[in-house]
Amino acid sequence: MKTWVILGATSAIARAFIRQEADTGAGFLLCGRDQNDMLVTAADARHRGAAAAEVCAIDMRDADSFAPVLARLQTISGTICCAVFVGSMPEQSEIDADPGLIPGVVIDSFTGPAQFLTALAPLMEEREAGEIVGVSSVAGDRGRLGNYVYGAAKAGFSTYLSGLRNRLGRKGIHVMTVKPGPVDTAMTWGSQLPFMATPDAVAKDIIAGLKSQRNTVYTKRLWLLVMTIIRLIPEPIFKKLSI
Amino acid sequence: MRWKTNTYSGWGRALTASGQLARPERQSQVTPTAPAIGNRRSYGDAALNSGGRAMDMTRLDRILEFDTRTGDIHVEAGCTIGDLARVLPTRGWLPRVMPGTGFATVGGCIAMDVHGKNHHHAGSFGGHVREITLLTPDGPRVIAPDDTSIWRATIGGLGQTGVIASARLSLMAVPGRTMKVHERRAENFDEHIAMLDASQATFCVGWVDAAATGASLGRGIVEEAETSGAEAKHRTKTRTIPFDAPGFALSAPMVRMFNTLYYRRVPADGQFVIRPIEDFFFPLDRVHDWNRLYGKTGFHQFQCVVPTNERYALRGMLGAIAEAGAASPLAVLKRMGPAESGHLSFAKEGFTLAVDFPNRGATPELIAHLIAQTIEANGRVYLAKDSLSTAAQARAMYTHLPEWAATVNDIDPERRLETDLTRRLALRTAI
Repeated sequence: MKTWVILGATSAIARAFIRQEADTGAGFLLCGRDQNDMLVTAADARHRGAAAAEVCAIDMRDADSFAPVLARLQTISGTICCAVFVGSMPEQSEIDADPGLIPGVVIDSFTGPAQFLTALAPLMEEREAGEIVGVSSVAGDRGRLGNYVYGAAKAGFSTYLSGLRNRLGRKGIHVMTVKPGPVDTAMTWGSQLPFMATPDAVAKDIIAGLKSQRNTVYTKRLWLLVMTIIRLIPEPIFKKLSI
Repeated sequence: MRWKTNTYSGWGRALTASGQLARPERQSQVTPTAPAIGNRRSYGDAALNSGGRAMDMTRLDRILEFDTRTGDIHVEAGCTIGDLARVLPTRGWLPRVMPGTGFATVGGCIAMDVHGKNHHHAGSFGGHVREITLLTPDGPRVIAPDDTSIWRATIGGLGQTGVIASARLSLMAVPGRTMKVHERRAENFDEHIAMLDASQATFCVGWVDAAATGASLGRGIVEEAETSGAEAKHRTKTRTIPFDAPGFALSAPMVRMFNTLYYRRVPADGQFVIRPIEDFFFPLDRVHDWNRLYGKTGFHQFQCVVPTNERYALRGMLGAIAEAGAASPLAVLKRMGPAESGHLSFAKEGFTLAVDFPNRGATPELIAHLIAQTIEANGRVYLAKDSLSTAAQARAMYTHLPEWAATVNDIDPERRLETDLTRRLALRTAI
């Protein structure tokens, strides 16, 4: 049986993913900070067909909280898979006013999940099976005026995932990087952003990507084109733009 | 939780509001300081709060408890009927009452006490709710039908007794994911009414060609159905209306042509078909944002119910509609059974007629005429569809209004849960 470890199980995209995967009869270990909310999501997953759904408190900013989750996973037989939905994105203007926010963004969006995945990797290698979904962001493809600290953290996470894919691929474990554009969640509520995707659509793209063993998935697909163009703009011109 | 200022509308898009919206993603973020709204499938202003705040509950849509042996389910208020209709039948269950759109949330179904194609047997939605968790200004409260005064003010109560956080429903057992449907033509109003009257089917509804006149007035198709486990062809692909349609899309000649083709789709001697549950209950959901077909000025739906002995008043209304050439293809005739679960519940024994009208020049006048005829026939219009009734008319149609208002004003004395609808009809004010 397949068990999904979900980091950031209270996020709207995570919930959509859990709901769609529950239908296949997978098991879940939901990890995050808001236990009460995760208990509700776990019940929902079970009633929609999940073989099991438990919750476990975890805080990306407290690496000591990883150990109980990893210990629990040792006792779960079958294939272990992991999907990472954590991250935080304060307004760039808030960060500019208080640079002390930077380490938190980097931990939430990059080093926290990287530390967890690196600790999880040996267990997955031992079982020689499994899938890892890392939700990064199109913001990591190029540093831009509007969110370059979040973008830098996600760029780090994307690079980490590509290295992890290189490592785990040899053991038959598939690592998929997901790069969503703006998604209609609490994080973007009230912002006017282009080509907004729903959490359900993102979850659908993730599941389709896993099925076809994609390495990187842009969602919406349009963002692949948009980001390819943005990456191609020469730096002397790009530095003068506000996009 | 962030609030954003937005302009939003009801499903009919004829009425809009500008105000602050929040969309909680966790139960702990919900507070009873603003009216709760769902997917805004009410046509008029029931889900609008101009200049104030409203709380979008659609992200709180999880199944909390589900007993697959007894068919008792406990869901968050934002859970949609369509979601339940997708998930539950494989486990042998379905909501007892299914409104005409799967986008309706459970919270909305309670606040409007919606009905379905089985009203003549099953009554309305509120009759199958066993418990509601209500967030009132005085704190959370779990209410049941025995809490008579607050229960009757909550079922069909337009969300005014507090924010509905979750509800326990009794489901109905189903053999599978499909419906066995029998479609027959009804050649005119009298035959249409007689067929609806005689039907023994669990689900029964009539589509009316509201453009037909003379001897064909009131003709249509009667659909009778039972739940089924038979295989259906795959569900039709959903489509989206990407832009506001031009005015002629639903002009009188186009509607006449469409309706005639639609009427002739069913052979003269009728037919049996197997349809997926969603196709039978939510035929229009296959076209996302179909309200845009009516163009940017939007549309109105008129829906009334009149007692059985006044059913011929509906023929008069259909005559006025056909004469005005104002109807769209969407018109429905249905028999309703006894049952009133809430003080402001719409359904009552008799016949109900629902017709969509593009929001053009003479439409408000025609609807005002239809509302007056409804009151004359001792009937009432459905507040979920209404945009044009007056405060005095609301009092004439909803005779339990004073009891309802007393209970509601006691629970929410600061009137934080009022909406454009309750203010327009002065529902919470003695006049």
